[in-house]
Amino acid sequence: METSTHILNTLQVEDIRNQFPILKRTIHNKPIVYLDNAATTQKPMVVIDALSHYYMHSNANIHRGIHTLAEEATAAYEATRTAVQVFINASCTEEIIFTRGTTESINLVANTWGRKNIQEGDEIIISEMEHHSNIVPWQILCEEKKAVLKVIPISDEGELLLDVYRQLLTPKTKLVAITYVSNSLGTINPISEIIQMAHNAGALVLVDGAQATVHLDIDVQKMDCDFYAFSGHKIYAPTGVGVLYGKKALLEAMPVFMGGGEMIKEVSFAKTTYAELPYKYEAGTPNIADTIALKAAIDFMRETDVAMIHQHEKELLEYATKQMLQIPNLRIYGTAENKTGVISFLVNNIHPQDMGVLLDNQGIAVRTGHHCTQPLMHRLGIPGTVRASFAVYNTMEEVDRLINGIQKSIKMLL
Amino acid sequence: MGESSTIAAREAEIIEAFALLDSWEEKYEYIIELGKKLPPLDERYKLAENIIKGCQSTVWLVANYSDGKVFFKADSDAVIVKGLVSLLIKVLSGVTPQEILQAQLDFLQEIGMMTHLAQTRSNGLRAMIQQMKHYALAFQSINS
Ligand SMILES: Cc1ncc(COP(=O)(O)O)c(C=O)c1O
Repeated sequence: METSTHILNTLQVEDIRNQFPILKRTIHNKPIVYLDNAATTQKPMVVIDALSHYYMHSNANIHRGIHTLAEEATAAYEATRTAVQVFINASCTEEIIFTRGTTESINLVANTWGRKNIQEGDEIIISEMEHHSNIVPWQILCEEKKAVLKVIPISDEGELLLDVYRQLLTPKTKLVAITYVSNSLGTINPISEIIQMAHNAGALVLVDGAQATVHLDIDVQKMDCDFYAFSGHKIYAPTGVGVLYGKKALLEAMPVFMGGGEMIKEVSFAKTTYAELPYKYEAGTPNIADTIALKAAIDFMRETDVAMIHQHEKELLEYATKQMLQIPNLRIYGTAENKTGVISFLVNNIHPQDMGVLLDNQGIAVRTGHHCTQPLMHRLGIPGTVRASFAVYNTMEEVDRLINGIQKSIKMLL
Repeated sequence: MGESSTIAAREAEIIEAFALLDSWEEKYEYIIELGKKLPPLDERYKLAENIIKGCQSTVWLVANYSDGKVFFKADSDAVIVKGLVSLLIKVLSGVTPQEILQAQLDFLQEIGMMTHLAQTRSNGLRAMIQQMKHYALAFQSINS
C-alpha cells in the first residue's frame, strides 16, 4: 500500500465502514470488497433506520390527511425536497420533482417538454458515451416527431470532441442531453462549457447526473443547466426515488406527465385543472418512504463531509489506476484528463465475464459487460469491460485486493 | 466418456471428477481447461441463427441428428461459459431425443455451478439448455 498521506486515515474510513452493515458480509467466505458503486451504492444505517422509522412511526399518505401521522409524513417528505434543493443549489423547492430515478426523470422531460417543443426537422444532440437511459427516450421522441438525433463523438481517450460538438449545434438544435460523468469511462465532461455553447445556440440542456451527483459538487444554478436528473440509489439512498430538477419557468410551461391524484387542482368531467409545481408532475401516491430516506442519505454525505468524500474517492481512483498500470497487458478504457469514480479495463483478450466470475469467487464485486452503453462499446470496438467503481467506504487495502484478484484471475485464465 | 453411456452415468462421472477438486480455484481451473479444450466451432457455423445471446457472452449451438441420436457442437466467447457448455455437450450429445427431453441436469447443482444457470440474462446457459431441448423435440417429431 501507498505510504503517502490520505485525506481519510484508516480509523476514519473504519468509522464510515461501520455505518454500512452490509460491508460486514462475506462472499464465498471472504470479506466483501464492493466495487460496483456506479451501479448502486450500499446504504448507511441512518438510511435504513429512516425507512423503518417511517413505517414504524409515521406511515400515512401525504398531502391529504389532516391527522397527525399524515402531517408528520408530509413534513418529512417535503423536508427531503428542501434537502435536495440545498444539496444541488436549486433556487426553490418547486424546481425539485421526485421521480423513480434518472431514467424516469429523463423520460418525463422527453414526454412533456419534448412532446410539446420538438417538431419535425428539429435536432437533439446527445453523445457517444451516453447511458441507454439518455439515448432511448430521445430516439423514441425523434422517431415520433421526425426530428434528428445527433451524436457528439469521443476521442480514443474518452473525451468529447468539443470542436465537432460546436459544429453540430445549429439553429435547429432544441436540446442537448448529456451526461456529466460517464458511467463506463469515468470521464468528467466540461459541463459548463457544453451548456454555454448550447445556450449560445439557443438550445436547452438536460444533464444526466446519475454518476456525477455522488462524486462532484453539484450547483445547478452555477452550471446553468435547464434540467438535471439523478437517482437516489447511487448516492447512498434507497432504490425507487430520484430527482428531476428543472428551471421553474420551464416546468411551469410544460404539459403534465401522468394524470391522477395529487397532481390536480380540480377535477370535473368537463375539465381538470392541475396542481401547482412541483405536484403537477407527481401523480398518485409517491414513494414516500424512500423519498424520506433520501434526506437521510444527503445528511449522511454532508455530515461525513462532501469535500472529504470526493477527495477520498479521487485518491482511490488514482491509486487503483497506478496499480493497474503495473499489470502487463491490462488496458484501461477511459483515460481522460478529468476523471472520477470508475475505472474500466480489459486484460489481453480475456472476456470481461470470465474476469467477473473469478473476482466474485474472491469476494470482489465488480461490474462486467457493456454497462448500458452499447454504442460506446461499439465505438471502442469491444464487447464490454470490467469496471471497478468507488465509494466513500472503499479502502486502499480493497484496491490491493482487487489488484491481487485481477492478477490471480489472469493466472487462472491464461 | 463412452457415447453409449446413459445421461445418468455421464453426470455421475462429472460429479466424481469434481469431487476430487477441493478448492474453487481447482474447480474453475478445470472448467477453464475444458473450455480451452473444446474445439472451436467452425466459423461457418457461427451464424446469427445459431447464436444464443446472453447480454454479456454469446453461445453458438448447432445440432445434428443421425441414427436416432442428437449430436451437439457449441462454442462461446467466454471461456468459463465455454467450459460449462463443454460439460453440457458431454452429457447431452449422442443420446436420443427422448433422453435429452427427460434430462434434469442435477449435476450442475452437485458441482456447485448452479449460479451460472441462475444468471439467465448474462450468459445464455439456461437458454442453451432450452435450445438443446427444442432441438430434441424437433428431431423426435421427425421420428414419429
Ligand atoms: C450515466 C447514467 N445515466 C442513467 C442511469 C440510469 O439510472 P437509473 O437506472 O437509476 O434510472 C445510470 C445508471 O446506471 C447511469 O449511470
